[in-house]
Amino acid sequence: MNDVRCVINITDLSVEELDKLMDLADDIIADPVKYSEKCKGKKLATLFFEPSTRTRLSFESAMMELGGNVLGFSTADSSSAAKGESVSDTIRTVGCYADIIAMRHPKEGAPTVASLKTTVPIINAGDGGHYHPTQTLTDLLTIRRERGAIGDFTIGLCGDLQFGRTVHSLIYALLRYENIKYVLISPDELRVPDYVRDELNEAGVEWKEVERMEDVMPELDILYMTRVQRERFFNEEDYIRLKDSYILDMDKLKTAKSDLSILHPLPRVNEISVTVDDDPRACYFRQVLNGKYIRMALILTLLGLGQKGEDR
Amino acid sequence: MNVDGVNNGIVLDHIQAGKSMEIYRILRLDKLTCSVAVIQNAVSEKYGKKDIIKIDENIDINLDVLGYIDPNITVNRVIDGKLSKKEHLELPEVVTDIIKCKNPRCITSVEQEIVHKFRLADREKRIYRCIYCDAEHK
Repeated sequence: MNDVRCVINITDLSVEELDKLMDLADDIIADPVKYSEKCKGKKLATLFFEPSTRTRLSFESAMMELGGNVLGFSTADSSSAAKGESVSDTIRTVGCYADIIAMRHPKEGAPTVASLKTTVPIINAGDGGHYHPTQTLTDLLTIRRERGAIGDFTIGLCGDLQFGRTVHSLIYALLRYENIKYVLISPDELRVPDYVRDELNEAGVEWKEVERMEDVMPELDILYMTRVQRERFFNEEDYIRLKDSYILDMDKLKTAKSDLSILHPLPRVNEISVTVDDDPRACYFRQVLNGKYIRMALILTLLGLGQKGEDR
Repeated sequence: MNVDGVNNGIVLDHIQAGKSMEIYRILRLDKLTCSVAVIQNAVSEKYGKKDIIKIDENIDINLDVLGYIDPNITVNRVIDGKLSKKEHLELPEVVTDIIKCKNPRCITSVEQEIVHKFRLADREKRIYRCIYCDAEHK
């Protein structure tokens, strides 16, 4: 590994660094003008070897709001990867053009390979089903802004907990904070993998697994929704029996706390009824906005421009 | 069965019975010009049976490779017919280009030039994980 600071996994950041990033994001939100030219003359390369409109636009928007410029590609077809160039070579080349790189790749570990050769900071914008640290940063910032602090709450994580990388990352990140109870809501087939269960046990936190959202709704302070895909079920009968348990609607929210925070990494399909969108407890569109601010904070920090409270 | 003793060289002792040829291959002992003896299924008080490799030259040996294959191996270095050093191995923290990642979703599955590297994730359970994709080596 070389000395260039990269963020490949959420655990690359200490709790102190996470808190500093969130403080900076809060400061940007409070006074965006102060940061509007911080990255003037700097360039962000968005290297998207697989398409992801949402994440790419979030990064590009973040850099633009910092007064910087953006270059890059949005599919592997439009990059030299289509000609067979290695990730390492692409990164070394792009390092000659840009000051910082946000990279998404369909293969797991590609950003780690890139980080070994890079001359500029790299942010992993998702590598297959592996890591997606800026989504977790987004989730943490949203929790902190909605609840005031990260800790002293019960979080329900609902949906596909077996394959959902956002859920695993969020659990790993939250385990470093105090006094959080975990309620894992999923069909039996889609429970968290053993290695996540091991982490929960090792951390000695309070956690439980349930099948139905309705059964635990009154306990929850945060509900983190993810999508349950039909093709994940072993049989149609189970899918039909359980699918409604994983669709959040106003009826299910009747027993929920009045200050519940509903999060979702998006995109959603039908797991949250659109009737919930106007409820003040729905945080998922504010979460999208937080994603841009935390990416601004991360870009500033990795470029060494992250000192909070400085004037332009 | 009698095999000549080593005068100046290395004796790899306490190899798990049946593993000696794997070690012979990985350490590329066939490339040596000195005498090399592979003894299989020798009697061992500790393990019942063991393999032994005797190399009649003090060559450089990658102890990480040996430690990964079998951490119970003892490396005896012999000088002028006397035991000069006895080394006990342990599982290495990192193994490089000994094992390959089998995860089809790993970047190493499409880029042939990448060095396959694994880090020791659990010493007790002997679990190694790919440094790129975190997949457990099985």
